[in-house]
Amino acid sequence: MGWVEKLLSIDRRIIFLLVGAGVIVPLLLPVNLPVTVTPRVQAAYDAIDALPPGSRVLISMDYEPEIMAELMPMSIAVLRHCFRKHIQVVAMTLYPAGTGLGEHALDVASRAEGAVRNRDFVWLGYKSGFQVVMIGIGENLRGMYPVDFYGTPLDSIPMMRGVNTYAQLSMMINLSGSSAADYWIQFAQGRYHAPIVLGCTAVMATDYYPYLSSRQVLGLIGGMKGAAEYERLIDVFGDGRRGMDAQSLVHLIVVLLVVVGNAALFATRGGPGAPAARPGEAPPR
Amino acid sequence: MTPAQTWIAAFLTLCVFSFLYKDNPFYRFAEHLFVGVAAGYLLAVQWQNVLIPNVWTPLVRDQQLLVLVPLALGLMMLARLWDKGAGIARWAIAFYVGIYSGVAIPGYMQAQIFAQLADAAKPFAPGWGAVNSALVLIGLLGVLAYFFFSMPHEGVHGAGARLGIYFLMVAFGASFGYTVMARVSLLIARVQFLLRDWLHVLPGS
Repeated sequence: MGWVEKLLSIDRRIIFLLVGAGVIVPLLLPVNLPVTVTPRVQAAYDAIDALPPGSRVLISMDYEPEIMAELMPMSIAVLRHCFRKHIQVVAMTLYPAGTGLGEHALDVASRAEGAVRNRDFVWLGYKSGFQVVMIGIGENLRGMYPVDFYGTPLDSIPMMRGVNTYAQLSMMINLSGSSAADYWIQFAQGRYHAPIVLGCTAVMATDYYPYLSSRQVLGLIGGMKGAAEYERLIDVFGDGRRGMDAQSLVHLIVVLLVVVGNAALFATRGGPGAPAARPGEAPPR
Repeated sequence: MTPAQTWIAAFLTLCVFSFLYKDNPFYRFAEHLFVGVAAGYLLAVQWQNVLIPNVWTPLVRDQQLLVLVPLALGLMMLARLWDKGAGIARWAIAFYVGIYSGVAIPGYMQAQIFAQLADAAKPFAPGWGAVNSALVLIGLLGVLAYFFFSMPHEGVHGAGARLGIYFLMVAFGASFGYTVMARVSLLIARVQFLLRDWLHVLPGS
């Protein structure tokens, strides 16, 4: 067996080890590669930054632990930006396992920026039913959320006075790892005309580019890279930026593997190791 | 997290990672534990955040009898759990499907069809933006040609469809690139947890 054949039959666990090393080494020995800000993330930042102090925004952190790696750094960065600008945050989640994550993000961001619960932010917690909740907020927020996550009636929370629909909220920010983003666009933006900024996982990002073009979404933060860009814009060195060295090295490894794997495959075409043609099928070239 | 919680989380993370070598009892233990804990957590959160504030309190404390209607419909859904109750469940499901369709279809049409059509038909952007606008238009027409199956992909239509395939391939490539980035992000976060929170060997930890 030649080296090309050996390469093509390589144990997949060697690739796992390569990728693992590609993650661990840059984390232990960071070089802090520069993070360039894309227009999509800049637009998201500008939209939030343009809100005057005292504005209120609705932030829905619609994700669960399996994708918190991407959306938690993003949540913390966006929340810190809001608190720094003295924008009051009404936070919620549409996922049951998102309650602990949303609470954690609020805790980290509020401690970092000195924000106070029920004065600078309120945590509504989880409520089931995507569209029902979105329409409920558009009609009567207190009907949907009579109390906050901790059981405090909304009427007794100072920053919630006069807030009962999207009309009293300057913006809706959705940090989502699911189709909840589609529904926020359909209902909060489409039906109630709330301006939306969207943060989503990298897998989802390309699906939402058309909404940027149509201005249904004002800005788009995609994945850990988007979080890193946002952290750079607010001058914070969080988990998003910390992960970028490893992200870049693993991408190089993946590109290298794709190139080497394809080169090896082409090198074996028609050779002694090439697969035999099936009956009725032309032999491989 | 307390040190004990960190050790438990680290142990379970390693259990799951052990699957990369091969399937083993540690992985299956973590898998089953996750399913059980997730189900219990879901039930507790639903009870605390939904049923208590939206059903129990309005009904018992505020005497809002209207809550009985959605409560009854919800209970009717549970009738599916036994064979003879399937008919009862259908009433609630029919109600739900009707309401959902009425709510979802206009929203979908407005946000995903009309708004996108309006964007596709808007005038070209000025300056170099016109190049982007032209690419979007050519891509849109090419992909639409590819997915138009009522006539053979020949002649001008066939050329447009072939062009559409190239645009689709570029879109799939971009999507795959983003997917790789997403999956690597998940690994980075777990390794960050192990190195920083558990082993304390990361710079600044």
